[in-house]
Amino acid sequence: MGPFIEVVLGGLMAGVLYSLVALGFVLIYKASGVFNFAQGAMVLLAALAFARFSEVMPMPVAFMLSALMMVGVAFLIERLVLRHLVNQEGIILFLATFGITYFLEGLGPQLFGDNIYRIDLGMPKEPKIILENMFDGGLLINLEDFIAAGIAAALVTFLAIFFQKTATGRALRAVADDHQAAQSVGIPLNRIWVIVWSVSGFVALVAGMIWGSKLGVQFSLVLIALKAIPVVILGGFTSVPGAIVGGLIIGVGEKIAEVYLGPIIGGGIENWFAYVLALAFLLIRPEGLFGERHIDRV
Amino acid sequence: MFYRENGQFKTSYEADQALFPIKQDRIFIVLLLLVAFVGIPLFADEYIFRAILIPFLILSLAALGLNLLVGYCGQISLGTGGFMMVGAYAAYNLAVRLPDLNMLVVFVLAGLITTVVGMIFGIPSLRIKGLYLAVATLAAQFFLDWLFSRVKWFTNDSSSGSVSAPVLQVFGFRWESPLEKYLFVLSVVVLFALIARNLVRSHIGRSWMATRDMDVAAEIIGIRPVYAKLSAFAVSSFFVGIAGALWGFVHLGSWEPLAFDVNRSFSLLFMVIIGGLGSILGSFLGAAFIVILPLLLNQIPLWLGLPMSTATAAHFEAMIFGSLIIFFLIVEPHGLARLWAVAKEKLRLWPFPH
Amino acid sequence: MSAAVLANNSGDAVLETDLNPTRRKIGEVILALENISLAFGGVQALSDISFDVREHEIRAIIGPNGAGKSSMLNVINGVYHPQQGTIFFKGEKRQQMNPHKVASQGVARTFQNIALFKGMTVLDNLMTGRNLMMKTGILQQALYWGAAQREELAHRAKVEEIIEFLEIQAIRKTPVGRLPYGMQKRVELGRALAAEPTMLLLDEPMAGMNVEEKQDMCRFVLDVNAEFGMTIVLIEHDMGVVMDISDRVVVLDYGKKIGDGEPDEVRNNQAVIDAYLGVQH
Repeated sequence: MGPFIEVVLGGLMAGVLYSLVALGFVLIYKASGVFNFAQGAMVLLAALAFARFSEVMPMPVAFMLSALMMVGVAFLIERLVLRHLVNQEGIILFLATFGITYFLEGLGPQLFGDNIYRIDLGMPKEPKIILENMFDGGLLINLEDFIAAGIAAALVTFLAIFFQKTATGRALRAVADDHQAAQSVGIPLNRIWVIVWSVSGFVALVAGMIWGSKLGVQFSLVLIALKAIPVVILGGFTSVPGAIVGGLIIGVGEKIAEVYLGPIIGGGIENWFAYVLALAFLLIRPEGLFGERHIDRV
Repeated sequence: MFYRENGQFKTSYEADQALFPIKQDRIFIVLLLLVAFVGIPLFADEYIFRAILIPFLILSLAALGLNLLVGYCGQISLGTGGFMMVGAYAAYNLAVRLPDLNMLVVFVLAGLITTVVGMIFGIPSLRIKGLYLAVATLAAQFFLDWLFSRVKWFTNDSSSGSVSAPVLQVFGFRWESPLEKYLFVLSVVVLFALIARNLVRSHIGRSWMATRDMDVAAEIIGIRPVYAKLSAFAVSSFFVGIAGALWGFVHLGSWEPLAFDVNRSFSLLFMVIIGGLGSILGSFLGAAFIVILPLLLNQIPLWLGLPMSTATAAHFEAMIFGSLIIFFLIVEPHGLARLWAVAKEKLRLWPFPH
Repeated sequence: MSAAVLANNSGDAVLETDLNPTRRKIGEVILALENISLAFGGVQALSDISFDVREHEIRAIIGPNGAGKSSMLNVINGVYHPQQGTIFFKGEKRQQMNPHKVASQGVARTFQNIALFKGMTVLDNLMTGRNLMMKTGILQQALYWGAAQREELAHRAKVEEIIEFLEIQAIRKTPVGRLPYGMQKRVELGRALAAEPTMLLLDEPMAGMNVEEKQDMCRFVLDVNAEFGMTIVLIEHDMGVVMDISDRVVVLDYGKKIGDGEPDEVRNNQAVIDAYLGVQH
């Protein structure tokens, strides 16, 4: 029993990190109807900036500066890209974010360097054994993961309140529904977009810092975008809680499959298992776990 | 002035439904084919065949297949690289395990195997749409990546998953030199472009477009969505599978699954979008753009005489590439083919703009 | 605009369903709906509705907005499946079926919010209406040779008859997205006619049109009915039109049937007057 719970716990922790990245996707999709493939590149850029800034300045300042930079990026994306693509189809916007991805993947390493950088947030690294009296040998857990989970939970709560309770949140939801209609009732589309891309840049920064402190900041960080996509699918594009629950399900499912199924069919299945899981799920509920059901009218 | 159709009266529906109803278009196509089959072989050197023309043609074929699915039937796929991989490995296995089989048969069978795989991964399209479907096809990509790098049977037990194709031998002739390979690929691509054109002007093509434009209405006038969508996946996969086999046998010679990874899928989707959704010409224009652009970007520092480290050059290449994609989407979201169509329309009316 | 000149010497537009070229005769019941109830979640869209449609007649469904008229058409069409009730079509009890099966039994339809295929030309839209009748296999189509080409051309000739009937020759090569609203409605009618249906469902064919366009559309509807003998079920808000052209009218309000009969009968029905004038019940 002990090892199995360890696997599940490990999965949950990985899942929290997936959720963080997925959250960035959901925010932008909710508010602008754009499926932002560049989320992974944004994570990389933010993490690189933070890592390099914190080499030369105190961590809070580096954090502020990186966050500011992400706001700047959001502003430029709105100014140079989104503004010119109002009312285009989803697929066009989706591909435009590919363009952004390539650009940021070039820009980040160009500005901040190509190597692997360390982020030390001062979190406890050493594993800890808990509940020794309940299980034989106890459970081996990682305190750092727990702290990360806590941060993620706080961020999600904050965002949920922001979306549901504030006027800006309402405007965001209106924009997601229909660009033109939102504009016609006087919602400033451009400002809304800057805000939401900034918020998701901020989420990317947090995700990048946590991932970076676990694995080091390196180019492969962009690949976690590919990990987060099945999470978004599973949870539904438009649902913040969906991103969280989806992340946890994928995290746990993936770990269990890796440990118990992997050896049987040859290992290395973590690249596709999440997708197949999400796909199987989609066939049962096409709108995702918490997505809004869509009725066709004629 | 030259592109005019007045005076060309059609007296039968047959003439009106012909492949190229306008005379100038027919002349243009004949000239184009002459240049491709005769002109280019006279002047191009080996580098141009190997680095530009052959990859351009094969990727055009794959883009054409993808365009049938995305541009004509409205079903987005991010698994094209995976389907090319199926075509390549299927052809490899057939060629190695059945060495007496005619190569053309090998290619067709490889295409058919890809068709079956494509239809299986197309089944989710009956339930889900749009971006959800796009992501579902990513599942196909990653699963196939894994399948061909982990299951040794497909790679004939080679350790790294890399395989080498036998020499291309068709009609008792070995197509070895770049020129011969070019002519072989060109013939295949011309044939498939013709097939694609015929399909989209027949009732199957109309059922795809109807499904794309308004699926509920299409079903109400009697188009079965299952048939329309799965046939689009099938035909598209057949094209893509053949392209994959050609990519392996003719362009690469030896390859590993990485040659068909998710980046291949993305770049094919770019070709289709930048070239023009729902346009056969667009598939070629898009492929040309994506094949030639990196080569040009590579050359820029040389032309400018700027000494640049390879890393810096790579970064700038990515940034310029990204910017250009955005630029094209903003300027002409309907792709290069639309620019061509607009130019033709203008020319038709010139010098009277109305 | 295409300058292609297409000769059509076939004379008057005559379709296969041309049963009675001089004057239609209203025949037997072709479609009978019995006790239809339909609900979406908690919302009752249709409750316990019964009526029938006779062969060759023009049957109107009227009622205030939200009365369930379009839902009724969607039930006939097979888009919605009623929770209760039975449908008899051509004398046979209908099992639950998909829209495309309904279409293959000879039911065609136009939509309240135009549902043309925006990326295709007028000609292709009309040709799509004939898809059900086109049988050549995928390989023949790929080669566009022999049977496939003959089939295309034969159907093209049929479609040209409809184009002539609807007087839309000049726009046959125009993408439908570029056409004005009234024209799109006409093309949509053409697409339905192309299927040579026995029964035609028209969902507000005259909504949003000016007087001239309405007159044209009325003429087409009457001609279709008189010349081709098609049975027509029609939703329309313009009472003048409804009373003029329909043989019988069924009136819905809040998903219930409140009147049924010939135009004059319905006009004098107190429940109908109340529904339209908004009298409190």
